Formats: sequence, structure tokens, C-alpha cells
Amino acid sequence: MEDLLHDSFDWDFANKVQVIAPQNINLCYQCKKCTAGCPIAFKMDYSPSQIIYAARLGMKELVLNSNTIWLCASCETCTTRCPQDVDIAKVMDAARIIARKEKFRPSVKEIPIFNKTFLQNIRIFGRLYEAGLTVFLKLRTGEFKKDLDLGIKMIKKGKLKLIPSFTRIIEINKMFSRIKKLEHTRI
Amino acid sequence: MTYSYYPGCSLHSTACEYDISLKAVSDVLGIELKEIKKWICCGASAAHQTSHLLALSLPAKNLAEIEKENMTEVLVPCAACYARFKTTKYELENDPELLQDISKIIAYPFENKVNILHPLEILSNGMSTKIKQYVKKDLSKIKIVCYYGCLLTRPPKVMQFDICEYPVTMDEILKNAGVDVLDWSYKTACCGAALSLTKTDIILKLINDIFENAIDVGADAIVVACPLCHSNLDMRQNEANKLFNRNYNIPIMYFTQVLGLAFGLKPEELSLNTHLTDTDELIKKID
Repeated sequence: MEDLLHDSFDWDFANKVQVIAPQNINLCYQCKKCTAGCPIAFKMDYSPSQIIYAARLGMKELVLNSNTIWLCASCETCTTRCPQDVDIAKVMDAARIIARKEKFRPSVKEIPIFNKTFLQNIRIFGRLYEAGLTVFLKLRTGEFKKDLDLGIKMIKKGKLKLIPSFTRIIEINKMFSRIKKLEHTRI
Repeated sequence: MTYSYYPGCSLHSTACEYDISLKAVSDVLGIELKEIKKWICCGASAAHQTSHLLALSLPAKNLAEIEKENMTEVLVPCAACYARFKTTKYELENDPELLQDISKIIAYPFENKVNILHPLEILSNGMSTKIKQYVKKDLSKIKIVCYYGCLLTRPPKVMQFDICEYPVTMDEILKNAGVDVLDWSYKTACCGAALSLTKTDIILKLINDIFENAIDVGADAIVVACPLCHSNLDMRQNEANKLFNRNYNIPIMYFTQVLGLAFGLKPEELSLNTHLTDTDELIKKID
């Protein structure tokens, strides 16, 4: 609670969320339907409806330091049920994008690491190389033993492709650079 | 009938069963799948959490390839890829400026005209008589529940797939194939697959709830239409058993595998032997 009172109100942040999402979060009247239906709410420090409220007030530190924005599984239940047609899942995406750009230390480190590793994997291989993704993920999170038994079982069943293929990587990397340039001029 | 086919990354690796069984069932029904030559990853959840433009460009690059091949309809079996493709189409239809940006990024004058279909859609639209006609094996002894997960139906304004909170498409298809389809409460509940590799403790609770309800209603198997739901539910039963002191050993099958069995195909032809949760006992029931 003390943290809440010390948080500053940053209107620029409130606007940024609305522009990037792009959603009018001021339509939210706090019915809390999003929170009631959220499958992950039980592990979140602030519920989805609290995050929307805080974002409206420009409480940047609270939103970007929450575990909520990272734990959201993008299941879109909130978006589907919102009576005011606010796409809450997109607000969570916008918050993640701002957190990354402004170099906030994520409160759940594994998820941004997963996203980064996943996208690097696309730039290197063009298609997802699942075995490679798992190895790189382990190197970055340090959780070497996690899911090792599952990996071995999958290899035995012939489900995990061990040799990668390469598809259109030059074109894909050009796309990534064009996007970077465009976004640099806009956000 | 010929459709352009986008298997997506999972179907070429961890979800090979879905690819194999979809092709087997399509062969029986006379549906021809023409795989896009140089398809790339759609970006899945990682892209939309990182960059809006990237999340639209990766599917658009694939859709552009289909336009170049002069095809008009694409079949996308993975629910996650399907959702990303439909989202891209929807957003670009409603924003001409964004369409121009994406065209520049993918270096192609993208028209956004390809129709995006899930196999469940083509198997439900006017196919019921044909499916009944090809049924060779009696599957009325096996009881199943249909699990749709999140991304097939949500958000409804984008996906426009069935009734979003209570879909019946898969139920109807499998009833037509003679399977005993049960009603249950977790058709569209989230299994947390997006967090499966990173926050496993959270998803174990979600899948435990799903297994519990499936078993309570008397299901012998959970039938899915998404490779991410499949791997999450198929691979993590032992962990859920340990954490919640349960005894789950419930087969997770793709709807195409069940259809294939009804058409009289052999379990190996449908890759039923490569799941981590054994399907042998279920198959014995119908032999």
C-alpha cells in the first residue's frame, strides 16, 4: 500500500499505453469481469482490473514492475468478456513493449528471456528450432535440469527434431531491420 | 478440393502426430493439401509481446507467399498460428495505413485477400454426410471430451469461430464419426501452454482442473485441435500427479486421429504411438 502512495502519476505513460495498445482504457468502469475470468489471476500481484486502473492513472512504476504483465498468458478471456470492449490482452502487450523499451527489470525474468530467445531463434533458423530454443533457454535461465526427462522421452519418441533447417533468413533479418527503423521513428 | 497448407513449426516437430493424421484423414476425404513452399514461423506469442509490427509482418509474409502461388484459401491447423493469421488479416482489413507499412516491411504489395481456415471449419461445412459415409469402425465405446482451448474462438470479433464460450464444431464432427462425445465445463478454459516452459508451477494447476473435470464426467480421452494444448496436457501429467497427489493417465488425442480411427486407419498410420501418455488401452477398447 505504501508503494502505491509513493508512486508518481505519469500522464505521458497513460497516453503511451493507449497509443501502443491501441485501446481507450478510460472506458473501463471496474466491473472486474476480466479479473473474475483470468486463469492466472491467482498468481498475480495486481489483478488485470487493477492494472487497467493503475495505467489510467499513469502509475508507471506499479504497472511495469508488476508480475501481472508478464504472467498474462494471452488467453484473451478478458478481452472476450469486457462489456466496454477494452482489449485487455493488448494493454498487457503494450505494457510489456514499454517495459522492454525503457529497460525496466522484469519481475518475472523467464518470460522476457523466453520471448527474446524465441525471436532470435526465428532470425537464425526462419522456423522455430525447438531443440535449439530449449538449449538456449537453459543457458540463459540457468535451469539446466528443468524438463530434461521430458526432452529425453521426446527424443526417444522421435518427436524432437535434432537437426535444424534454415528458411529465408536473409529476408527475415531484413524485415526485422525495417521494423526497427519504422518503430524508432514512431514510439 | 485443394487448399494451401501452413503446417507451422510445431507440426514439423513436437506435434508431428497432428500433421500425419491430418494428411491421412484428408487423403480419405479427397482434400488436397499444398504446403506453402518456403513458409516461416508466425511469431506466436513472443512476437506480439515484443512488437506489434513484427506480430503482423511474420504471418503477412506467409500470406503473401500464398498470394504469389495464386491460391485463395489456406488451411492452418495450429490454433496459435491460426489466431495470428486471423488477427493479421483482421487488423490489416481495418487499417489501410498499417497495410501499407506491412507491405513495405515484407517488400511485397500485399493484398490481404487469402481466406484463413481451420481444418475444423472445412470438416463441419457440409461434410457431415461424407464423414458418415467413410466411417468403417465403431467408436461408440469410447467416451471423449472436446477441448478447444483459447485461441480457436477468442477474441470472437476476430476469430468468428463458432460460439466463443461454448463451441460445438468439434463435438458435432466426432458425433458424426460415431464417437460418444460428452459434455463438460472446460471446453475453452486456458491450459496455460504459453507458460509451459517458463512457469510450469502455474500451469500444473490449470491442467489439473482440466483433467479433473474430464475424468469426473467419465471421459476416456481428451480430444484437442491445438499442438500447444496437446503437448502441455500430454507431457505434464506425471508432474500434475506428483503435485496434486493424483493418478492421471488420460490419453490426449488430436481430433484428426480420432477421425482416422473411425475411418479404419491403423493407429501407427495416425502416429498414436508417439504420445507420451499411452493410448494403447483406449485402442484395445475398439479392437
